[in-house]
Amino acid sequence: MTTTTQAPLTQEGSALDRREFFTKLGLGSLGVAAVGTLAFYYQFLSPNVLFEPSPIVNSGKPENYPLGSVTLDVNSAIYLIHIAEGYFSLSAICTHLGCMTAWKPEENMIACPCHGSRFSEEGQKMAGPAPKPLPWLKTWISDDGDLMVDRSVTIPQLQFLRV
Amino acid sequence: MPTTTETYFEKLERTRVWRSIFRSGTGNSTLHNALAIQQNVFLHLFPTKVRKRMLSLGSTWYLGTLTLGTFLVLVVTGILLMLYYHPSVPQAYSDVKDLRFVVSSGLFLRNLHRWSAHAMVFLAFAHMFRVFYRGAYRAPREFNWVVGVVLLLVTLLLSYTGYLLPWDQLAYWAITVGTNISSAVPLIGDKIHFLLLGGNQVNANALLRFYVLHCVILPLTAVVFLAVHFWRIRKDGGLYVRESEPGTASAQSKPSSEEHKQL
Repeated sequence: MTTTTQAPLTQEGSALDRREFFTKLGLGSLGVAAVGTLAFYYQFLSPNVLFEPSPIVNSGKPENYPLGSVTLDVNSAIYLIHIAEGYFSLSAICTHLGCMTAWKPEENMIACPCHGSRFSEEGQKMAGPAPKPLPWLKTWISDDGDLMVDRSVTIPQLQFLRV
Repeated sequence: MPTTTETYFEKLERTRVWRSIFRSGTGNSTLHNALAIQQNVFLHLFPTKVRKRMLSLGSTWYLGTLTLGTFLVLVVTGILLMLYYHPSVPQAYSDVKDLRFVVSSGLFLRNLHRWSAHAMVFLAFAHMFRVFYRGAYRAPREFNWVVGVVLLLVTLLLSYTGYLLPWDQLAYWAITVGTNISSAVPLIGDKIHFLLLGGNQVNANALLRFYVLHCVILPLTAVVFLAVHFWRIRKDGGLYVRESEPGTASAQSKPSSEEHKQL
């Protein structure tokens, strides 16, 4: 008696398990396809080639930057600064929301026009919402004697370039 | 029998072509009127019957309808502006200037587009304030409030993406600042920034992406959510009028037959 009643029960159970298995298999495949689609979109939307200017900028001869001068190059958004300790280069992009800052000689400050952040000549934040100082950029002298700046490489502060 | 406009339309409505398109048939019965709404793909989103009180200016100030109106103005003027605007770095700014100084009625269309955009943002906010202070967001209308919040976000994104298209200094720096805000998202902020702009700076890719978002993706999203929004009004018991809600004292005292108006 027990065996006869148990046999159909296990059969029914296994039939349900098979259905459950295929449901899970189907949903699982859809999930994998969905993740693949997302990855596909992510890759498609990330350009592999960018037509953006090179991060390396040739700023010309060091003699063009007299002692005590702060020069903003608006095209590359960098400052070239020459003080007694040497030359250095600062990014002119405000660390708050990416506006281009400007040198205010009358205040001896770098000022951002968007939200009022102010930085010292060495990039230290003096006022405003900027969360970080202006980054120092890698600066060197090329074989031709030109001042070169790599905008994609930041260096620790107060590393002056002596010519 | 003299051919008046009325008899002309009656004849027209009996033609085979007309009957094949409008299958509800002619007549003034309640059934015919209901079918006219129900069997029309656009009108079937709306209820076949509403209370008169719901259609009065005082109950809604028509703010939702006005928001839809500005959206339709924006679609029409936007499509026309697209015929003269190239979303490319060398051309975008001069195309917008041409629209202003060279193209016939270009100045009018662009200003209409711009002012309607401002009006749509204002009206969407006003509509939401109205719904909020009236308490019309409460059950069973909570989901339609959520749909409304999505529509508000789509409206703001449409406004923001359209801001870049003139490609002037204001546009450039506004989008620089705005997209930099997305960099503040933890962990994936820089990736979002890169995907939004299609690069590291606001450039040709960013202009094209914002153009496609502004002209295709966001308007389509808005239309889908608008359809759900209108359909849900019917499903959630019509426009909210406090007096006609079940359970309120005034709703119980008034005979409901006088409150109905056929649409």
